[in-house]
Amino acid sequence: MILSTEKGVAQYVSDANANGRKLRIQGGGTRQALGNPCQSNAVLSTAGLNNISLYEPSALTIVAASGTPLADIEKELLAEGQRLPFEPMDHRGLLGSTGTPTIGGVVACNISGPARIQAGACRDSLIGIRMVDGTGAVIKNGGRVMKNVTGYDLVKLMAGSFGTLGVLTEVAFKVLPAPETSATVLVEGLSDEQAIAAMSAGLTAPYGVSGAAHISKDRTTLIRVEGFEKSVAYRVSQLQSVLAPLGEASIVSNDNLWKSVRDVEPFHALDTAVWRISVPPSDGAKVAKTLEASNDTVQIIYDWGGGLIWASTPDDLDVRAALNGISGYAECVRGTHIKRLPQNAAIARIEKGLRAKFDPNGILNAGIMG
Amino acid sequence: MEMPKPNKQVLMRKAHILRRLQDVLPENAVIFEEQEVRAYECDALTAYRCPPMIAVLPSSTEEVSAVLKICHEEDVPVVPRGSGTSLAGGALPTSDCVILGVARMNAVLETNYDDRYIRVQSGRTNLSVTGAVEQNDFFYAPDPSSQLACAIAGNVAMNSGGAHCLKYGVTTNNLLGVKIVMMDGEVVEIGGAYLDSTGLDLLGVICGSEGQLGVVTEATLRILRKPEGARPVLMGFDSNEVAGACVSDIIKAGVLPVAIEFMDRPCVEAVEDFAKAGYPEAEAVLIVEVEGSDAEIDDQLEKIKKIALKHKPVELRESKSEEESAAIWAGRKAAFGAMGRINDYMCLDGTIPVNELPKVLHRIGEMSEKYGLKVANVFHAGDGNMHPLILFDANKPGDLELCEEFGAEVLRLCVEVGGCLTGEHGVGVEKRDLMLTQYSEIDLEAQMKVKDVFDPKWLLNAAKVFPLASSDDRRLI
Ligand SMILES: Cc1cc2nc3c(=O)[nH]c(=O)nc-3n(C[C@H](O)[C@H](O)[C@H](O)COP(=O)(O)OP(=O)(O)OC[C@H]3O[C@@H](n4cnc5c(N)ncnc54)[C@H](O)[C@@H]3O)c2cc1C
Repeated sequence: MILSTEKGVAQYVSDANANGRKLRIQGGGTRQALGNPCQSNAVLSTAGLNNISLYEPSALTIVAASGTPLADIEKELLAEGQRLPFEPMDHRGLLGSTGTPTIGGVVACNISGPARIQAGACRDSLIGIRMVDGTGAVIKNGGRVMKNVTGYDLVKLMAGSFGTLGVLTEVAFKVLPAPETSATVLVEGLSDEQAIAAMSAGLTAPYGVSGAAHISKDRTTLIRVEGFEKSVAYRVSQLQSVLAPLGEASIVSNDNLWKSVRDVEPFHALDTAVWRISVPPSDGAKVAKTLEASNDTVQIIYDWGGGLIWASTPDDLDVRAALNGISGYAECVRGTHIKRLPQNAAIARIEKGLRAKFDPNGILNAGIMG
Repeated sequence: MEMPKPNKQVLMRKAHILRRLQDVLPENAVIFEEQEVRAYECDALTAYRCPPMIAVLPSSTEEVSAVLKICHEEDVPVVPRGSGTSLAGGALPTSDCVILGVARMNAVLETNYDDRYIRVQSGRTNLSVTGAVEQNDFFYAPDPSSQLACAIAGNVAMNSGGAHCLKYGVTTNNLLGVKIVMMDGEVVEIGGAYLDSTGLDLLGVICGSEGQLGVVTEATLRILRKPEGARPVLMGFDSNEVAGACVSDIIKAGVLPVAIEFMDRPCVEAVEDFAKAGYPEAEAVLIVEVEGSDAEIDDQLEKIKKIALKHKPVELRESKSEEESAAIWAGRKAAFGAMGRINDYMCLDGTIPVNELPKVLHRIGEMSEKYGLKVANVFHAGDGNMHPLILFDANKPGDLELCEEFGAEVLRLCVEVGGCLTGEHGVGVEKRDLMLTQYSEIDLEAQMKVKDVFDPKWLLNAAKVFPLASSDDRRLI
């Protein structure tokens, strides 16, 4: 069912709740595979909720209905020289999905990209939501101002909740000026450990690094800065000298480099499982080593200075076991493993309690988060 | 201020409860004499006071857990407390409660520069977190003006901000993980030295929950490398409207200063009397600060000055040295002290969309005439977080009430133009009864459901945030 008003969504969910009909919520359908399979009898599509209801460049704020295509929002922002701070990844290439990514889907899955290391995740830029809970009640939280501590922050709770607490109908963001230019320091020939040390050196220097990635197979390390022309020129050259002792460092200006990292392009053509692992950066290489030791076809890409590991593995490899006491989590993004699991029993209980409150009959994307 | 009736059953069992607490804590960690608990009768919202039944000062997560377990079994309300600097009455006790203060838990547990985090016990003060890393040129970004005194515990509970959050975000954007003790004594670790979570964002909802979901005993915080340098420029304008327009233009131009502070004439005058900062005669003064290398700062300030000149400033003063920077900031930093010297004041904290600044300042001016109370404005203009200071005389009967009425009208105006009741101080008891101007009963119900899950008996700081009438059914056992 494609619904085009919040009221319509509320009515539809309320009916489904009364009739015990389980719903699969869908935006553009490009990220369906990120969650565990869910039990559903019907699809609720937000594609009809398509509207940018407010854009105030001088207040750095944009508000849109949840089904609005991400591309429309990015285009509108770019026309005023602004952008979403968190560089949301496009999952289509990796998951082989088609369709149009919506802003609601970005929020429901808390999708970010390389800039997350500096500018925060999707949840950090999200400042307001409207939603319909599992009983059909319409709820708002937050608003359209970037500083707001009025009551509990359900905005954050909704980001990354995969629709299990409610159907998002509207989302509001704090946006940022798009940089005049950007440049990347490229270091070649580093091992994983050396690369993580290099990224750490970049991120702990006072030069505002906005991306730090390493493609293990190519032994290529990328460190990005953005901003005004002169400032970028200064900062990349400073970084070049910081990194020089660690390896051959050159300055390149290719934005496709970062799109490739953002969308994990090197894994698109592979016929493998893909995992996404978040750990403290200096544990990154350890986790990767364990994986590589268990199978020699494993490939690794690091983002977030080493704290985010993308691993391409055979489908039968249990990647969660490789964490082995290291704090963090692993999510299966592509493949047949359970996609996500609660981090521990106490957290699982709290999550279950929250779902039972917001969706008492378990009709919204049931089972999607494990 | 209406507070719930104390639970007589609890008061009657005070001696028994006290004994149980003394069993699990060292002698000097349990405070129960009437004169001594008085030290905990209020926070920085001093208009409201109420001594607690008992105060405890545990030294470890285990002790916190033991205390909460007892209080849970005995149905005793608990009010967590950091340093007691809340301006919203967040740490205000009830007469039947145990105040649980974390001030003794102030250790640094781990520092990791490579991975850019620090793990501290929650009683550590905000400034001493930066203090622990600044020898290596790192800092913890959120910088509330109260940072010398306030604790990370309170910062997490209130999701506190500061002057530099336009660039670096507020507490929630710099918090990586917590250790939290649930009301029944269970210890839970949420997040850690890595980014984001795979499940629901529990960290996100704990931050800013005003001590109502659990007691935070440890926090993992993001630390950042200090910028090479920072320098402010000071500008004076003929009217609030023009200053407001200048703020909009700076933001639209793609320059992102670390701070844009705004002061209106009454504030500037008070500050001049007090701090002699040498501020210009102007209706509105802006301080805009940028960061980077010297050349980068010059470049950004050039851009900002160009924009400012279009608005015909009556003064434009760029700092050329550390001394000049300090002089520019001296007045702003002294603003609250300066106001406090002339008068009692109430500090509001509503946030508005930045483009509504001129209109809202104008309306506040009209209200000031209507109520016959002076108001001075000093605030973080870049993010719309206003701080109107309403001046009143606490010794004059009726003045506080008049001031509160004025304040409520200002906050309603903030909501009306698309903003909110509180940008960084929290709801506490102060704004509790205004919640329904911003949220519907259904919206509040959704928030209260979260508390139902974390604290089913509603024992933790339960008389705050939600209007009593809305939370009655849950609080009354
Ligand atoms: C002069 C002055 C200037 C200020 N400037 C700013 C500013 O610029 N920005 C800003 O945001 N705020 C500011 N504040 C407000 C205040 O300092 C902040 O709200 C601060 O975070 C409170 O910290 P605290 O440790 O004093 O907390 P407290 O006042 O002790 O408590 C605040 C809240 O936190 C809860 N709490 C305390 N400890 C815990 C715990 N361990 N677990 C769970 N909950 C807990 C309490 O129950 C209460 O609800 C200012 C206050 C003053 C007096």
